[in-house]
Amino acid sequence: MVALSANNLNKSYGTVQALTDLSLEVQKGEIYGIIGPDGAGKTTLFRILTTLLLADSGTATVDGLDVVKDYKQIRKIIGYMPGKFSLYQDLTVEENLTFFATVFHTTIEENYHLIEDIYKQIEPFKDRRAGKLSGGMKQKLALSCALIHKPTVLFLDEPTTGVDPVSRKEFWEMLMRLKSQGITIIVSTPYMDEATLCDRIALIQDGEFLKVDTPQNIIADYPHTLWAVQASQMHQLLKDLRDCPFIQSSFSFGETFHVTLNNDATPGQLKDFLAEKSYSDIAIQEIEPTVEDCFMLLSKKENNGK
Amino acid sequence: MENRVIYTENLTKRFGNFTAVDHISFEVEKGEIFGFLGANGAGKTTAMRMLCGLSHPTSGKGSVAGFDIAREPEKVKQNIGYMSQKFSLYEDLKVWENLRLFGGIYGMKDKKIVSKTNEILQELGLEKERETLVKSLPLGWKQKLSFSVSIFHEPKVVFLDEPTGGVDPVTRRQFWELIYQAAERGITVFVTTHYMDEAEYCDRVSIMVDGKIEALDSPKNLRQQFGATTMDDVFQQLARKATRKAD
Repeated sequence: MVALSANNLNKSYGTVQALTDLSLEVQKGEIYGIIGPDGAGKTTLFRILTTLLLADSGTATVDGLDVVKDYKQIRKIIGYMPGKFSLYQDLTVEENLTFFATVFHTTIEENYHLIEDIYKQIEPFKDRRAGKLSGGMKQKLALSCALIHKPTVLFLDEPTTGVDPVSRKEFWEMLMRLKSQGITIIVSTPYMDEATLCDRIALIQDGEFLKVDTPQNIIADYPHTLWAVQASQMHQLLKDLRDCPFIQSSFSFGETFHVTLNNDATPGQLKDFLAEKSYSDIAIQEIEPTVEDCFMLLSKKENNGK
Repeated sequence: MENRVIYTENLTKRFGNFTAVDHISFEVEKGEIFGFLGANGAGKTTAMRMLCGLSHPTSGKGSVAGFDIAREPEKVKQNIGYMSQKFSLYEDLKVWENLRLFGGIYGMKDKKIVSKTNEILQELGLEKERETLVKSLPLGWKQKLSFSVSIFHEPKVVFLDEPTGGVDPVTRRQFWELIYQAAERGITVFVTTHYMDEAEYCDRVSIMVDGKIEALDSPKNLRQQFGATTMDDVFQQLARKATRKAD
């Protein structure tokens, strides 16, 4: 069952090509992640799919309805949480929620079960004006408002940007519960570590998809053996890894460097190379790539970290 | 004493009966990269505003770049650099005009501004973009330029508030190299981030929970202390203890 499909979408703003021949298909009940940096075209894509912007060419449907012809019906069945906080700042938490429920001819009571998990966390502040809420509370209110009419497809544009790791984890736990209720979720994020929580992901850069697949398959497709390298003097290590003639790519990854070697080179060789430069505590370990490794490899930027 | 660029002792900020920053004490040395972590609402922004001379402490004391943050906030402002995720560049000015403007604001001599402008454009590989309006630069370049602007007047310390939010993974790493370079030149770097891998790139890291600094050490020592394999684990252990409902 297809919940959403897009075919060859193109969109430009003046001379800037925001989306180029973009196609996607999302199944009912999937969490589909659009993963990429700012300026990649994520928001443009969301605005086209939510009938707020017309594509220059290409077609898209949501729940079988055409985003141009049937825009009125689509708006009734989707929920949209834009990246920018767009609720009424001068209305209270409860007034905002009531407003959105009323606009969609429903009531808070009718669909309370859908938002209960999320809304009960901000309910103690229901008389506070939305403009006076903290970032995390705004996010929870916006999600409640996007859900109150029981949408079949939920669009979340960068819901976790600027949110700390703990709150991000909690937010994703909420999304998992929504998924279990059968809601299809399209979510965009610049955080690569969130990609593994999606059923399928599209890696996007400069208005084009670099790759679409399950996170597991994208990782399995990584063509090189990846080594995590650690040693004393991590700052200096970056420079020496760069100068190492048989290293193909090298990127810092928290407490280690993720390194790929030229075809004929071995980790033993690398260890000798570093030992010769008098590093101690050298550790070289084969590891499974992350989505971020895959993104950097696929990214068209001419950069291998060297 | 000379090497101590940031110093606080029981620094506190209350709003009504809410204690946003609760008796924090720490020191940061010259050339150090200091990561200032915490969940949303933990008090990071309030603490940072006090250190930048933008908010008056309720109690406790602190000095930045050798000036008292309560008594000499204007001096503090002149001697620090600041960059946030919302770049403070003027979109309708050209690249060189932005540098000229910020140099002028910080009272640099014209000659110095010219030579420093050439130096920075060369370093960033932006010589060809000298006459380009900032609004037409790619995001990654804007971010690097924004950082260069923040240290254009060669401050003793630069405050970076989530400088890498939303940028692509390659650019994010290139940005950290600029940070290393600045630190090697002796500029102290005070940085907040929500990317826990970036916490590893700091010399030392503090983690704020409910207005207090609950942990402060090198990433390696923190990982050992908390029996964790990554800084993300350390952060999750600490931040989950938070009781504040504000966020």
